Amino acid sequence: MTATTQSKPSQEEHPITRYVRKDRIPHIYCPACGIGIVLTAFATALDNLKFDIDKLTVVSGIGCTGRASGYFEADGFHTTHGRPIPFATGVKVANPELKPVVISGDGDLFAIGGNHFIHAARRNVDMLVLCINNFMYGMTGGQQGPTTPTGAITSTTRFGNIENPFNLVSLAASAGAVYVARWTVLHARRLAKSIEKALQKDGFTFIEAVSPCPTLYDRHNRFGSGLDVLKLYKEISVIRNFSDPMKAEIDYSTRIVCGEFVDEEKPEFTQRLAEQSARLQKR
Amino acid sequence: MASKAVLTGEMFTQGDIAAAEGAIAAGCRFFAGYPITPATEIAERMASRLPRIGGKYIQMEDEIASCTAVVGASYTGLKSMTATSGPGVSLMNETIGLAAMTEAPMVLVNVMRGGPSTGQPTEASQGDIMQAKWGSHGDYEIIALCPSSVQEMFDFTIQCFNLAETYRTPVFLLADEIVGHMYERLIIPPEDEITIVNRKKPTVPKEEYLPFKADGDLVPPMAVFGEGYHFYATGLTHDERGYPVMTPEAQLELIPRLCDKIRKNADKITQAATFETEDAEVLLLAYGGEARSAMRAVKDARAEGLKVGLFRPITIWPFPSDQLKKAAANAQQVLVAELNYGQLVYEVERHIRGEIPVHLIPRPCGVPHTPNELLKEIKRRTQ
Repeated sequence: MTATTQSKPSQEEHPITRYVRKDRIPHIYCPACGIGIVLTAFATALDNLKFDIDKLTVVSGIGCTGRASGYFEADGFHTTHGRPIPFATGVKVANPELKPVVISGDGDLFAIGGNHFIHAARRNVDMLVLCINNFMYGMTGGQQGPTTPTGAITSTTRFGNIENPFNLVSLAASAGAVYVARWTVLHARRLAKSIEKALQKDGFTFIEAVSPCPTLYDRHNRFGSGLDVLKLYKEISVIRNFSDPMKAEIDYSTRIVCGEFVDEEKPEFTQRLAEQSARLQKR
Repeated sequence: MASKAVLTGEMFTQGDIAAAEGAIAAGCRFFAGYPITPATEIAERMASRLPRIGGKYIQMEDEIASCTAVVGASYTGLKSMTATSGPGVSLMNETIGLAAMTEAPMVLVNVMRGGPSTGQPTEASQGDIMQAKWGSHGDYEIIALCPSSVQEMFDFTIQCFNLAETYRTPVFLLADEIVGHMYERLIIPPEDEITIVNRKKPTVPKEEYLPFKADGDLVPPMAVFGEGYHFYATGLTHDERGYPVMTPEAQLELIPRLCDKIRKNADKITQAATFETEDAEVLLLAYGGEARSAMRAVKDARAEGLKVGLFRPITIWPFPSDQLKKAAANAQQVLVAELNYGQLVYEVERHIRGEIPVHLIPRPCGVPHTPNELLKEIKRRTQ
């Protein structure tokens, strides 16, 4: 995590280190990986909100981002591949006082876990799903996944990806998420603000954080170093708040539409369950 | 429908409903499931009953999600269960491994139907005996109880919860369609006569809590999410703190403990029922719905002067080895009648160790043997 891996630690502790399991540092992430920026944004959001950590459950699946839940000084669970959302659903339904936050990757959430994502969004179970999208499977060595751009080179698409990628914000919006946003890791402060907003909402919220994977994706596709990729993000990303998510398809070379796409209120699942249960118990 | 948790009294009901009532009586307050014949009635009953008593029912998008939600609910401290049939267990096996690895107490009811694949959804089977034991990958132990009556669907579900809480492990109620859909009298005892076991809670200060540090009984006390313990659990091999460790030493520390907390307590867990086994020359072994026919066959054999006894394993896993050896002490052969093409017979052979012949009476179709068919088989083997 960026805050704890600075070369010259100051005398005073950085405000977000209290959210970090210090005995788990150093973390597993490669230099210039974007995951650390997102995790820092998440910790910053918790700190800005003075969030009650006892009520937080951080859940993640499998992959590089899947390790995220293990770095927070909070209740956390590292599920099997693709299953953080149903686990979080079980947590939330069983104890509605808790706020599950799912931090996981694009492969975990949208390939093996895709069905769980759309159904949790449809039910509107209160949780934040924070997807770090690096366009392929990092932990296993850079294979094609459900967000890999068409034509991209990965270890399983040596001659170019012939599949179409998901547009995650469009998928989340159409499945019923009450809050949908996309940022790149270059938009670290906007991302943190967005996480703050999502944490305060009552319902299924989704944030996509577009992240470099300089070790695999960006190297195979000749996007250069981590810094080069951030420069690219600066050049091609545009902020179009509340624009049509259907038209926000990512073109990794020319255009990444960022911003908030959905922010609305809908009855939340566990509240409806509690209301129904209260009515039945009065009979 | 009643808003009391324990419906003390008598009712004429179905095995599936008895299992649901047993779960509620045991303290189950979370159910996640997905419809599947012949277990759907359990979900329907829980969906009707739980909201009335402050419990939570959720229908998930598939069995993988159902089982995973149950693990999540278990980590918040609620006694949690799901119910399914073989095809659903095939999907749940991934999470059964996760529950074993993260030591999540939970109960799974499998009302077995014909397989493989979609098989015979409305017909009975005992084809998931080995699936229950070996379904998920890697080394772990499972506990599975096998009911033969509607009353046992109720009683054993309570026992399943107590075992799950005691050993922090997934526990199967391994029923078959015969027992699941059977209608019989069910007696629900007064609430204060029902034995309830709850998981051990940590006794150390929160900052000293190590979520996977076991006590002498090899079972770690379990904190719940939301109480400020800030603990972490993973399906990866982990140390006492719950942190992933990829060394041979970590695996050697964890896996034997996960297995041994059940293996070393097998004498406390295993159960079997016997009938007329003391002088039995032929030991008939049957379980679940098939044991009902087997009981009649043994009575009919005895009426004809044949020295036949019935051995009915109640815990299929761990297998009641000592009880079997005792029941077979005077026997010249063991006949294993099961509603499959031979599964538990391998376990029986393993424990009998060739001392006497073990013969399989297989029935890989939807209906149990009739008592007459079993009696004929007993006579064929003894004459």
